[in-house]
Amino acid sequence: MAELSVKHLLGIKYLNENDIQLIFETADHFKEVINRSIKKVPSLRDITIANIFFENSTRTKLSFELAEKRLSADVINFSAAQSSVKKGETLIDTVNNILSMKVDMVVMRHPNPGAGIFLSKHVNASIVNAGDGAHEHPTQALLDSYSIREKLGDVAGKNVVIVGDILHSRVALSNIFALKLQGANVKVCGPKTLLPKHIESLGVEVETDLRKALNWCDVANMLRIQNERLDISYFPTTREYTQQFGVNKKLLNSLDKEIVIMHPGPINRGVEITSDVADSKQSIILNQVENGVAIRMAVIYLLASKIK
Amino acid sequence: MSQKVLLSEKEINIILHRLACQLLENHLDFKDTVLIGIQPRGTFVADRLTKILKEEYGVKEIKLGFLDITFYRDDFRRGDKTLEATKTKIDFLIEDKKVVLVDDVLYTGRSIRSALTAIQSFGRPSEIELLTLIDRRFSRHLPIQPNYRGRQVDAINNEKVKVLWKENDGEDVIYLINK
Repeated sequence: MAELSVKHLLGIKYLNENDIQLIFETADHFKEVINRSIKKVPSLRDITIANIFFENSTRTKLSFELAEKRLSADVINFSAAQSSVKKGETLIDTVNNILSMKVDMVVMRHPNPGAGIFLSKHVNASIVNAGDGAHEHPTQALLDSYSIREKLGDVAGKNVVIVGDILHSRVALSNIFALKLQGANVKVCGPKTLLPKHIESLGVEVETDLRKALNWCDVANMLRIQNERLDISYFPTTREYTQQFGVNKKLLNSLDKEIVIMHPGPINRGVEITSDVADSKQSIILNQVENGVAIRMAVIYLLASKIK
Repeated sequence: MSQKVLLSEKEINIILHRLACQLLENHLDFKDTVLIGIQPRGTFVADRLTKILKEEYGVKEIKLGFLDITFYRDDFRRGDKTLEATKTKIDFLIEDKKVVLVDDVLYTGRSIRSALTAIQSFGRPSEIELLTLIDRRFSRHLPIQPNYRGRQVDAINNEKVKVLWKENDGEDVIYLINK
């Protein structure tokens, strides 16, 4: 029987194609489970999971917590804002203290890239990266690919454009790895200031004209402008950004085909996409949220099965 | 490893017909009864019984579902390999219905224990019965017995009962294998 090739989920970079297929197949079963009237299974009743969030998050944290509870795991939550981290405690000390309470798995979000990798080398628990700085956000990329597969039947051969702040986006990097691994064609599109140098070395093409990118693609994944990470001014005004890289209904209707619109959330309505696009039938944003729970259940289930 | 034929195609067929008749006797028109085949191999038995009841005994409609019990098993993380799920397909309500759980071999009873938990995710049945093609008595870990049994077998622990089906394996035959 199949199992994951990794003990931790630190990034898509560490997964292979079989891992992704196994996660998707397992998520299919969990999707069936979460659509039942009783949405809970007892698989993980002897597992304890700590959600450690050193950075604010609403949907990812809720999604992980719901996934863990639906698998019947015991869950403890830790948020850095109200913790001893403020008093100068190190990451390893914080986590070791939590692990002393017999925790089996740690789901961690951290502002520093590589925090999960660092931790996995120093503690025994399974680590799930729930976003590390501008580095990776593997479960988001998995649920994005899963949603594309669900909508279009397959990911291989599909044209996907990732639009917006590629430079600061962990969602973009994980998505590029995941989509390329599954055989999709990927372009990135955004202001030149927000496109990392040498991004082509990841096997993606760069496009700075949004209309051309949309005409080419089957799926447009619209990223949020992360104002909290913009340390300098990367574009003159939000209004100008919206005019060049925002998607509205008029632009969508002017294309000669119907493309799928995705957004990892939270949406800045009227900036990356307008409300009528976000709420249109071309948008699969809410499917992404639903699939997020199934994907996270699958990841946790498969990693937990490796804990002895 | 040696193997002997426990039941031939003809014997399997006779037993399936007998089980179908016993079901018919207790459930008549199957209006309030559903058959649930336990994944993966109880589904073949449930499928065959449904066909016999419909085609040879004129039952008009039988609700047939397939239940996966992977996420309800009590040996998660206790084996070497990850437990891999199969498909659950129950597209009807079982609330207040009589449920007949169908499996091919009853051995320790742990799968049936899992199935009893799993089925509750689909509602509260009025009654649950168990039908099993082969009952390996003397090997039970839990106090579970079938309401309908095809053949009782006194297999010892290093023996294995292997059920093959035409749909999946190319022939209908049941072997007793000595490992």
